[in-house]
This record gives sequence, structure tokens and C-alpha cells, in this order.
Amino acid sequence: MAIEVRIPTILRTYTDGERVVEGSGSTVTEVIDQLENDHAGIKERLIENGEARRFVNIYVNDEDIRFTGNLGTPVADGDTVVILPAVAGGSAGV
Amino acid sequence: MLTIDRATHDAIVAHARRDHPDEACGVVAGPIGSDVPARLIPMLNAAMSPTFYEFDSGDLLRLYREMDDNDEEPVVIYHSHTSTEAYPSRTDVNLAGEPGAHYVLVSTRDGAHESGPVDFRSYRIVDGEVTEEEVRVVDGYDHGEVTQQKAEH
Repeated sequence: MAIEVRIPTILRTYTDGERVVEGSGSTVTEVIDQLENDHAGIKERLIENGEARRFVNIYVNDEDIRFTGNLGTPVADGDTVVILPAVAGGSAGV
Repeated sequence: MLTIDRATHDAIVAHARRDHPDEACGVVAGPIGSDVPARLIPMLNAAMSPTFYEFDSGDLLRLYREMDDNDEEPVVIYHSHTSTEAYPSRTDVNLAGEPGAHYVLVSTRDGAHESGPVDFRSYRIVDGEVTEEEVRVVDGYDHGEVTQQKAEH
């Protein structure tokens, strides 16, 4: 069994339109590194200065990794990783 | 062009007025590929701010799972500006993550939260580029599944 990684619409340009790709690794970091090997360019959309981007949400088995160890969150075969861009904005400059 | 039914349009305006002076936000989901905003889902603004909105991350996951299960996509993503015009801010543009969606902005500034007309405008935001589009408000959608679903309510 592998790790199922669900890709949001806006990043499917990196995965030839695939909404689900196979991942591997024992942490979220390793899964993302493997994703980058398979789909060059995607890592930069997820990570900034070694941290998950503020406006990208990553979940392992429905848990936001912000609450489970961030990029060090462990993953194992059979797990599902979901990537979703934040839905956010507003009149303030960020 | 965004075509939206009157009831959904009015519900978005009501939501924006209710949450004023904080920004209100939500989604109108519709069948994938239909471009029909059929199911209004008002969301909590986790930022609870007059100048920023963000869906709670847990709510966001549940929303996308539910849409997946229903073969839906976010046809409209809406939010309000409460003291500025109904035009995407630089933040709105930078954070726009759904290139297929209509981004609706409403403005409740200048007392519009209490009475009078509320600006209701729609945009495409793709690769940092904003394109305003016409909004057509209709009584209902003409044909197909959506009309039937509405008729059952």
C-alpha cells in the first residue's frame, strides 16, 4: 500500500490533471520531497523557508498537520494526505 | 458572466449584512462542470475580522469532502468588504486558489449593512489577474436537475 495524496485543482497543473497521486515517505516532509521528484515544481507551492506555507492546508488522515507536528508529522502506508489551499482574503493588506 | 438565482443572491447579501462589521464568507457549490451555483454554504469567518476572512481549516476539509461526495465544486466563493469597495484587494488576488470559481464580492460600507443597495460584483481571478464579469440574477435556473432539486424544497 502507498500513501494517497489528494491534489487541489490549482496544483493539478503539476500532476497532469490528476487529482490523486501516490506518495511515499515516513513524514510529510518526505512525502513532499517524493512529490517533487515525481512532479517538479510542486514543492515550492507547499513550502516556504522550510515551513508549510501559511495559506496551504495539509491534512494527514483528516488532521491539520499544524496540530500534529507540522512537516514532521508521521505518515504510513495506507494514510491519506490532503492538500487544500486556504480560502482566505479580505480588504487588509497581508 | 455569473448567472445566479435571486434567492441565493439575496441570502449572500443577508449574510454580509448579518456579519457586518466583520467580513462574511462562504461558497455556493454546484454540480461539477455545470457553472450553476446551486447550494449555498455560508462559512464561519475563522478570522472574525473586519479586514480579513479565512475558512477554518477543519471546516474547509469537511466542505471539500462534502462537495467531492456530491460531485460538486465551488462555483462561487464569496466574501464581503465592510469598509471598502466590492473589488478584490491585493490579498484577495494573492490568495485566490480556485481558478475555476466566480469570486463574488459584496460591500456593506457606507451604511449598506442597514439599508439601501449592496454592491454585488463578480470576478475571475486567475494567475494573479482579475477580470470583472457581468452578474445576471434570475428567478431560477431554467432546466435540468437543479430546477428539480429546488422544486422539491
